[in-house]
Amino acid sequence: MTPIRNQVLFTLVIAAAVAVALSGFVGYAPNRLVSGRPVSLWAAASFPATFAILAIGVLLFAACFASRGRPLHYAEAGLAVALLLLVLAAAGQAASLLTPGVRPAGRISLGAAFWVLACCSALAVADALQRLDAGPALRVIAVAAIVAGIVALAIAGMFDALSIVREYATRRQLFADAMLRHITLVAGSVGPAIAIGFPLGVAAARKPALQNPLFAILNLLQTIPSIALFGLLIFPLGALARSVPWLAAIGVGGIGVAPAIVALVLYALLPIVRNTSAGIAGVDPAVIESARGMGLTQRQIFRQVELPLALPVLLAGLRIVTVQAIGLAVVAALIGAGGLGTFVFEGLGQYAVDLVLLGALPAIFLALAADFVLQTLSTVLRRHG
Amino acid sequence: MIEIDEVSKSYGNRRVVDRLSLTVGAGELCVLLGSSGCGKSTTLRMINRLIPTDAGSIRVGGEDVTRVPAEVLRRRIGYAIQSIGLFPHWTVADNIATVPRLLKWRETRVRDRVGELLELFRLDPPTYRGKYPHQLSGGEQQRVGVARALAADPELLLMDEPFAAVDPITRDALQTELAHIHRATGKTIVFVTHDIEEALRLATRIAIMERGRIVQLGAPLDILEHPANDFVRDFVGRHGLGLKLLSVRRIADRLRRGETADGEPVALDASLGEALSAMTTRRTDRLPVCDADGHNVGVIALADLVH
Repeated sequence: MTPIRNQVLFTLVIAAAVAVALSGFVGYAPNRLVSGRPVSLWAAASFPATFAILAIGVLLFAACFASRGRPLHYAEAGLAVALLLLVLAAAGQAASLLTPGVRPAGRISLGAAFWVLACCSALAVADALQRLDAGPALRVIAVAAIVAGIVALAIAGMFDALSIVREYATRRQLFADAMLRHITLVAGSVGPAIAIGFPLGVAAARKPALQNPLFAILNLLQTIPSIALFGLLIFPLGALARSVPWLAAIGVGGIGVAPAIVALVLYALLPIVRNTSAGIAGVDPAVIESARGMGLTQRQIFRQVELPLALPVLLAGLRIVTVQAIGLAVVAALIGAGGLGTFVFEGLGQYAVDLVLLGALPAIFLALAADFVLQTLSTVLRRHG
Repeated sequence: MIEIDEVSKSYGNRRVVDRLSLTVGAGELCVLLGSSGCGKSTTLRMINRLIPTDAGSIRVGGEDVTRVPAEVLRRRIGYAIQSIGLFPHWTVADNIATVPRLLKWRETRVRDRVGELLELFRLDPPTYRGKYPHQLSGGEQQRVGVARALAADPELLLMDEPFAAVDPITRDALQTELAHIHRATGKTIVFVTHDIEEALRLATRIAIMERGRIVQLGAPLDILEHPANDFVRDFVGRHGLGLKLLSVRRIADRLRRGETADGEPVALDASLGEALSAMTTRRTDRLPVCDADGHNVGVIALADLVH
């Protein structure tokens, strides 16, 4: 028997095949509030699309047994990208094929098989890039190809019949506002968190005695559940706004953007302070000693030696807090801060899963995009010393 | 060049350097030798003010070191340490250029100086300029470390066990290079080590330290032949003392001028230890000796080694 040479890909292909065989590719529901009846891939998508998906699946399955080499991994990456786009297109196509038989209130939503298939193809892309030991350039090209493909499909109207896109179509302006507000919340909290956390982190690295009390407080903050913290901030900020009228005038209050940003800043402090302090303290003492011995001033040592050497760890901290803030900002909608969370909670209230997804999916993609950009930046910086 | 006058340093109740005085003349290679914790590194680091003194004064080139800002002082004094401390995010060329750039040398002059130093340490400039420290072997890193210490052409070089972390063969090569550079440039060097062989090989003068004081100060041969007390005797070691003496004495002192012998000649400035080694491997008791130009000048015989 031929040995399996790529067990990761093998697992992904099997998982995708099982999902396609046993669960629905899309769901069909008579209206947006009930959950859909599953429709399998072959029943939902056109024959050419189904056939192409199966063909690529078979090719990837065969690739698991082929002898390794760079050409093979390039082929795997290409096939996986094609499969991902094809699955998206097939879902859109399935929705438009099924829609004529559906009443106007009916909805075609994405099913379990779709999600598993899409995730497995994305993971297969990642696996192939990993095996190629891909540098930032190749990774950017792969991501750009996927994004360009999705944008092209969207412009061509492939997704218009999908329920999530129909939810979007009725809320274009609301969605754009929510997206912008979400990004504002994240940027507005990560910025101040760096401004406060970076000096604290440097201080903690210089004075180890400071570390215990500082990290105790920050750890405690981190353990407060986000909903509780948002709620707890209503009272002090409300009182503050009442006693200082000009703060109320610029929008500070117990609910809205101000408490959301305060909470997000508090959550962002621990990773930033910890990574700053670990990054600075992690610089080889011999390097500092020789820098002092050659006559660099404290300031020169900080700017020319400690800061650049700590930068990868600082960026890792920034990645953590950015991704974390994107997620937490969803919850901030509860206290009237707006953002993508608005759709999530509205959808939960109406028991409309597609509306929840309209808030959740963009938040996930925002987080992935931020993570990818910061990761690439950190790799590039590391390469250039 | 350096006058250390009654300098003391304590950490808590522990007196690490105890009213130590030492004068190092220009062009000397003075080794501070002692076991760990004897205060030799502390003494060295007080010279460039990495450690402040508690009492006493230190003058470099006649000027009290506390009269100039510490950074200005340090830029005038080369400094090399065991753990090297190359900047990992800078190339070899940038590392060597550190002090010249702090001193605001013109970039063309910096470039020339870096090339000169790489050649001095037998590191091919085009190959090594752009490398990063992690791409170098331990010996190469230490060469770059010493080159960096010499970059701004300081009159004084402080070295803290610079070769202790490299393998014996590399250490041997680095010691030879340092001896050569010392002879060629006439720099004043203060060198800290716990390795008696290294001290004997490099020093023009050795200061043996114990508990923050200098217990004996003298030329290498002096210390081997007339140890001042039991500590020095123990430290230089009774075992193998004869071989150490041979490694310090020069062939030139025992040469039989005008005589001749067969075989490959040994160098006039080689040690008697090297002569003994050559005799043992060649199974002979007489070796021809040549001077630096390769002319035969005489013979060294086995009996001359021991008399």
